[in-house]
Order: sequence, then C-alpha cells, then structure tokens
Amino acid sequence: MFIPHTDADRAAMLRTVGIERLDDLFKNIPANNRFPTLNLPPALTEMEVCRELQDISLANESVNDLVCFLGAGVYNHYIPAAVDAIIRRGEFLTAYTPYQPELSQGTLQAIFEYQSNVAALTGMEVCNASHYDGATAVAEAVNMAYANFRGKRSKIILSPAVHPQYRQTVRTYAEGSPVVLVGDDTQGDLTVDPNRLIPLIDGDTALVVVQYPDFFGRIYDYTKLIDAAHAMGALVAVSVNPIALGLLKAPGTMNADIVTGEGQPLGIPLSYGGPYLGLFATRKEYVRKMAGRLTGETIDNRGQRAYVLTLTAREQHIRREKATSNICTNQGLMALASTVHMSLLGKNGLRQVAELCFHKAHYAAQAIANLPGYSIWSSTPFFNEFVIQTPTLVSEINDLLLDHDILGGYDLSLEYPELSRHMLMAVTEMNTREEIDQLVEVLSEVSNG
Amino acid sequence: MNIPSNLKFTESNEWINLEGKTGTIGITDYAQDQLSDIVFAEVIVNAGDVLKKGDSIATIESVKAAADVYTPLSGKVISTNEELGRAPEVINTDPYGAAWIIKIEVSSPGETGSLMDSTAYEKFVQEQK
Repeated sequence: MFIPHTDADRAAMLRTVGIERLDDLFKNIPANNRFPTLNLPPALTEMEVCRELQDISLANESVNDLVCFLGAGVYNHYIPAAVDAIIRRGEFLTAYTPYQPELSQGTLQAIFEYQSNVAALTGMEVCNASHYDGATAVAEAVNMAYANFRGKRSKIILSPAVHPQYRQTVRTYAEGSPVVLVGDDTQGDLTVDPNRLIPLIDGDTALVVVQYPDFFGRIYDYTKLIDAAHAMGALVAVSVNPIALGLLKAPGTMNADIVTGEGQPLGIPLSYGGPYLGLFATRKEYVRKMAGRLTGETIDNRGQRAYVLTLTAREQHIRREKATSNICTNQGLMALASTVHMSLLGKNGLRQVAELCFHKAHYAAQAIANLPGYSIWSSTPFFNEFVIQTPTLVSEINDLLLDHDILGGYDLSLEYPELSRHMLMAVTEMNTREEIDQLVEVLSEVSNG
Repeated sequence: MNIPSNLKFTESNEWINLEGKTGTIGITDYAQDQLSDIVFAEVIVNAGDVLKKGDSIATIESVKAAADVYTPLSGKVISTNEELGRAPEVINTDPYGAAWIIKIEVSSPGETGSLMDSTAYEKFVQEQK
C-alpha cells in the first residue's frame, strides 16, 4: 500500500532539518545549473533515431571483434546458448523476486539451486540470493562483520591486493559510519605475502578481507592468516573468482567466515560493465546477520516439496533500523544465468574450464617471459591472470596491440603508482594457442625496439 | 495466562524477579503467546555491561514477528543465558523459568516504583486484548 506524505508530514520534516521550503534543499546547486537549457538537436523520427544510434554503435569494439587478454575482475568466457534460451523464458525474465514469492515456485527453486551451487563451490554452509556485483558483496561482508560485533569492533583490514574498485566501494559504503579501514597501502611493497597483515589484527578488528586469486592473479593459502584472525576473535572474508574454485581449494576449507565473489564468469556476458552478480556465502552461525534473502526448501500441507523465502524480515518488513543492510535488491536473473551455466558445466565441466584457463595462461606467461625486455613480476603460483613487466609504457603497448585487433592487459599504473610498466594479463579458455602466439609476436616487436 | 505474583512487569511485557539487589529478567507468558513460535533469540549484552532502564538487551524472532527486549531497571549485567541462543523455544514453554534472559545487579532501586505488580499487569494485558 502506498501512503503519501501529508502536507503536515512534509512541514514537520522540513522543520526537523531546519529549512522552510523543499527548494531550499537544492540551494547548494548553483541556480544556473538547476534547470539548465539543454542544447539538443531538432527532434527526429523513430526511424532516424534508430539509424543514428546504429551508426554510433558501430564505433564499439567488443570481444566479438577483438582478441581479449583483459581481465582485472571480469573475464571473457564461453556462454552456452542454453543459458540465454532459459533465462529469456517469460516465467523467468524479471530481475525481481516476486512480491508474493511463494506463488512463483519456479523462481524460488532456481534461487534455492543457485544458493546450493554457490555454497558447494565456496565450501560454505549458507548463501544468499545474491547482491549487485563482486564489489558490493565485499561491502556487505564489511557491513555484516560490523553488525556481528554490534559496533564493538570497528576496524576492517583490507588487503592492498583486493580489487581497487572493490576497496573503493567499501569506502563508499563505510562513509559516515564508525568503520575504520586499514591495511590497503598501495604504495608499499606488493610482492610480499598476505601474512604481513597479521600484525594489524587486534581486539578491535571485525574483519580481514582478502581476494582469491588476488587482484594480481596470485594464489595464496590463507589458512595461517585466517587462524591468526580467529585467534583475535575477528572474521575473515575471501573474495573469489568462482571459475578458479573449479581447480583450487575452497575458502571454506581454509575456515573462511564469509566468501564473496564476482559471479560474472559464470555465464554472464561482459556487457561493458554490468549487470553482474554478487556472490555471498557464509557459515550457518551468521545466517541471521547476513543481508539479503534466503530461499529454503520445505514440505507443504499436502506433503509436497515446496520453496519459501525463509529469511527476509530484517530488511524489508520490520526492524529496518536494525538490519545489517537495507539493500535487498538482488540479481535474480543473473543468479539464474549462473545457475544454468553451473548446471550445464557440472563439477567436472567447471574443472575442465578452470584447467584450460590455468594451462593457457601458463603457456602465455612462459612465452612472454622468454621475450627480451619482459619478465613475470611474481613467482607466486597464479591461476589465469599474471603480471608482466614491460619494456615500455603499458598504454603504448596496448595501442600497438589494438592495431592488431588485440585487447591488451590492464595497465596497473592506473591504480598502483609503483607499478608503472606493469600489465595484468588474463587468459581464458576462449584464447586459442594461435591467438596467444600472435600476442607474443606483437609484444616482441616492442622488445626489439 | 500465567502472571506470577512475585514478579514486577513493564508495559513492553518484560518481567523482573528482584531478590535483594539481583534482578532476573525475561519476557512474559503473554508476550511469548503474542509472538507465537519463537525461532531465534540473541542476548545482545555481556556480563559487565552497565545498562540504563529501557536499554535493549535481547532480540527475539518468531515465525511472525521480531521484537527487542528492554531492561526494566538500570543495573550492571551479572550473567546472560547462554542456552537461549541454542534453544530459543524454551521462551514459549517456560518463559518465567529456563527462559530467563539476563541477571543484573540493580543500581537504582528507586526505579522499581515505575513497574507494575501482577494485579496491575493482568489489568494491562486485559486492556491490550
């Protein structure tokens, strides 16, 4: 039911914030910017607009036109046609959980299967119905850890090897809250291992956040760090690439308390940045602190299997001021896409994809390491992404690669000033041996001057 | 409706059992009946915490509602009921016994005058219906 504010309500609210009229709220915006005259061309017909937009879109170059070695958080994987065919069915094609959810048993069953898959993949006990993306999932982990200690612990330790945009998102969420973020000094030596975060953990620490594989593609066993955090009563969140978990030890077996991740590699196209999928799993003891929705399986009054939304009360209906998070929007359709994708791959299929990524990336790394002027930055084991040190500026190399229709790696100097001439290179099952050989050949043009 | 005569009550449906300076606190039979099946309880204060009358001490969720529990009197927390988190359903079955929530050392006995005795609480409950 929609209940609009009455004039009396509005007057009371204006009094409370100390202004007279609604317009006073916009005083900080210069008057000439409030309703600027827009300089628009004359109106066009629908046919003309379509033509113009099509012309503009021709300037786009996607991974269908280019060979892609760019990753840095999102990855170009093959998406079987069945994923799209299933998620486009009318019964499924909505981003929202229905307002009378139990009426939509199919949607709830899909969410339940999504939760089950993600819990199995991460080695955790419970998983929610998803968040926006990998970045907001980390921010929700921070919220949850802070809520778990009821505000009595305010320190959050962020590894500098967590995705820079995830750390920015955490900072945005923490704005104005008592949470103190430490540890992500990106000026320091980034080659040392994550155990150097251990001395930062104290009795005021609510959460330690690490990434697996980390932003630079490196694989670390976080068991020692997690044990150290637990010894101080703190929680640990691990942000994952779900494809890597097809091959690597699940964070649950390292005793992680929260596992988050970017679900995009599981059947979701790159789409210039979204919509993506925020994975969030935890241990059962924290289920009531977890934000978002949780679907459960039960038996109805006729003894039939049925699905219900078991935990939703905290954000939407009651006690909103006490909720861990007030963001309960999920990525229902993207979660469904990942569920279909995981189901099509199966456990062995996912392992095969992970192995292909791993071996192709190592083939590429070896070949690049052999080029004069290039070297591999870290000797730590890696999954499908690695950092190369380049003989000239990364932007110059990427311009050259683009001339050959190759989308080069991520320029790390954009986020890490110490890492100029360092490129983060991603390889997936989509990259053929010929493409990798071509990449190496173009790179060799630079090393030869 | 069970309303023991040795207890004092609040309008938010907590009871306190005063023995000397020690007060044991829980929620009433009427409160558990209104909440129906309780599925979750969490004591949110620790031994040693100093509370003001009206501070939140626990969260209780049932299949149909969630509620905060407040301390009827000011005081220092002596102990909390660790069993409650593991078996929240005892709030339904034994609200005045096994389902005690916290014990406090009462710091302002003068506040007791603001609480209801069993007769007043019974009348209060009747008015709620």
